[in-house]
Amino acid sequence: MLIFERSHPSRRNAAQAPQAMAAVNIPAALLRKTAPLLPEASEMDVVRHYTNLSQKNFSIDTHFYPLGSCTMKYNPRACNTLAMLPNFLARHPLAPAHTGQGVLACLYDLQEILKEVTGMAGVSLMPMAGAQGEFAGIAMIQAYHASRGDTARTEIIVPDAAHGTNPATAVMCGYKVREIPTNADGDVDLDALRAAVGPQTAGLMLTNPSTLGVFETHIEDIKHIIHDAGGLLYYDGANLNAILGKVKPGDMGFDVIHSNLHKTFATPHGGGGPGAGAVGVAARLLPFLPLPVVAKLPSPTSGRGVGGEGAVEYRYLTEADLPLSIGHLSAFTGNIGVLLRAYIYAKMLGADGMHRVAEFATLNANYLMAELQKVGYRIAFPQRRASHEFIVSCKPLKDATGISAMDVAKRLLDKGYHPPTTYFPMLVPECLLIEPTETESKETLDAFVAAMKEIWDEAHATPDLVKGAPYSQPVRRLDDVKAARELDLTWKA
Amino acid sequence: MSIPTELKYTPSHEWIRVEADGSITIGITQHAQELLGDMVYVEAPAVGRSLNAGEECAVVESVKAAADVYAPVSGTVTANNSELDSSPEAINSAPYDAWIFKMQPADASAVASLLDAAAYQAVVDSEAH
Repeated sequence: MLIFERSHPSRRNAAQAPQAMAAVNIPAALLRKTAPLLPEASEMDVVRHYTNLSQKNFSIDTHFYPLGSCTMKYNPRACNTLAMLPNFLARHPLAPAHTGQGVLACLYDLQEILKEVTGMAGVSLMPMAGAQGEFAGIAMIQAYHASRGDTARTEIIVPDAAHGTNPATAVMCGYKVREIPTNADGDVDLDALRAAVGPQTAGLMLTNPSTLGVFETHIEDIKHIIHDAGGLLYYDGANLNAILGKVKPGDMGFDVIHSNLHKTFATPHGGGGPGAGAVGVAARLLPFLPLPVVAKLPSPTSGRGVGGEGAVEYRYLTEADLPLSIGHLSAFTGNIGVLLRAYIYAKMLGADGMHRVAEFATLNANYLMAELQKVGYRIAFPQRRASHEFIVSCKPLKDATGISAMDVAKRLLDKGYHPPTTYFPMLVPECLLIEPTETESKETLDAFVAAMKEIWDEAHATPDLVKGAPYSQPVRRLDDVKAARELDLTWKA
Repeated sequence: MSIPTELKYTPSHEWIRVEADGSITIGITQHAQELLGDMVYVEAPAVGRSLNAGEECAVVESVKAAADVYAPVSGTVTANNSELDSSPEAINSAPYDAWIFKMQPADASAVASLLDAAAYQAVVDSEAH
């Protein structure tokens, strides 16, 4: 049911209507002749409609949500409360820097925290999503090669286990994508990588731990192969949660990294945004960082910095400071509300807390992996320790019972769990990519294992029951094929 | 697993049928369509396009993923299957009938060195998890 279908002619929401319209000079020719087709509903109709819709949601606030590669962890309420303080909310993005020293100090501190966590020389917070962070990273690699007159580098290498955004980013930046395979243990195939590099190599995009949920065993060899060929190493920070405070991508030899603050740093996500894909760079890429970057001046020039004695002043770096920058990625200063939430989360955790994030994310994943293996599920890489996530292949289950990964996922909805990621990565047939995150208790994990055991038993005893799932949701199985081939998003009366 | 013995194969899951006139017909295997799931869109290369062996030349998109199809050998595209525009699901129901494009190979001997059914079976087995 859409709000349009609740529309009743001339019904109004008088209490919300503006009392007086401001006088504006719009030429008569540009004024609309007919009223816009908007739903006409009362305040209570609207409240009921959207409250009912919200109650149909699966969300981290209501359900365990082990959606692999998405890091659906709990977002502490304090982050939200503090980021919503009126002095943050009321600040205009064009207000002069000296009137916003507090918010600039928060952003500067967040840059410093991310530099420390990632081991990079500089950070820009400006990318407004993970994909934009990737774009910024590859654009910087391109700007670096161009600044050296090295224009023959036309290829970006991407492992076949990569997130789909990686090849898309390379193509958006004008590169040709060269895919390299993964070996039987889930690591990058080094021989294929050696064969793929050359004077045409601009860089490699790598996720570590990978989308297979394992830490690249030969990361140092990979670094040498790429750097020896003159390429740069890009780190997709999607899986940073697994190594937070433990290993730094900068120490692994990466030249540029994006971090999904909306995953690892517990800001809301899953609703299509807003996100934050902060980028970190090694020293040689510092001149190319996207603008603005926040700088701290040791000796205030305006006399209006923060702190008493030894006061400091913060300001935005612009094109005048970084003439080789790849430029601006948004009109103002990124998704500042998300950045503030990430900053508060990082400050609440502290260095010790970050270690615990990685430890419990990894412990929870390995516990769940071991328990599901006991139930009978096939683990895709049982010889490897999981990082923060792991893969179950339902191929043997499907061969034995006809129950696919999709059937298991749909049945989990009936059991009160958001399903894991299904059919990604494509390398493993009939796969479930499971990421419990560190914020779930052992009781929750055990209950999930019990539900997976029930589904395992149902698959063998009453497979049709599983094939018909879900039964408890507002809709049954959706027609994926029809949705893809006959996409129609327009409501017509 | 259905792997017809009269066809040639690539490790990237294309099947190749050698026609009487020396041209070749290319599609994706039963194994590939099974991995990809329900097809929703196929983009075939334009007739006359010149391809290098291993070059990405077509895209098959399913409800789960989009996958590239690679030219098995170097040559020129001589035909593409426009029926797949309206019925991409033919790849699911009859993968070895639902050809995607045809090529005239630059070098006939390159076709002979493609995988036979037994060698392709080994590729499929090695991917099993």
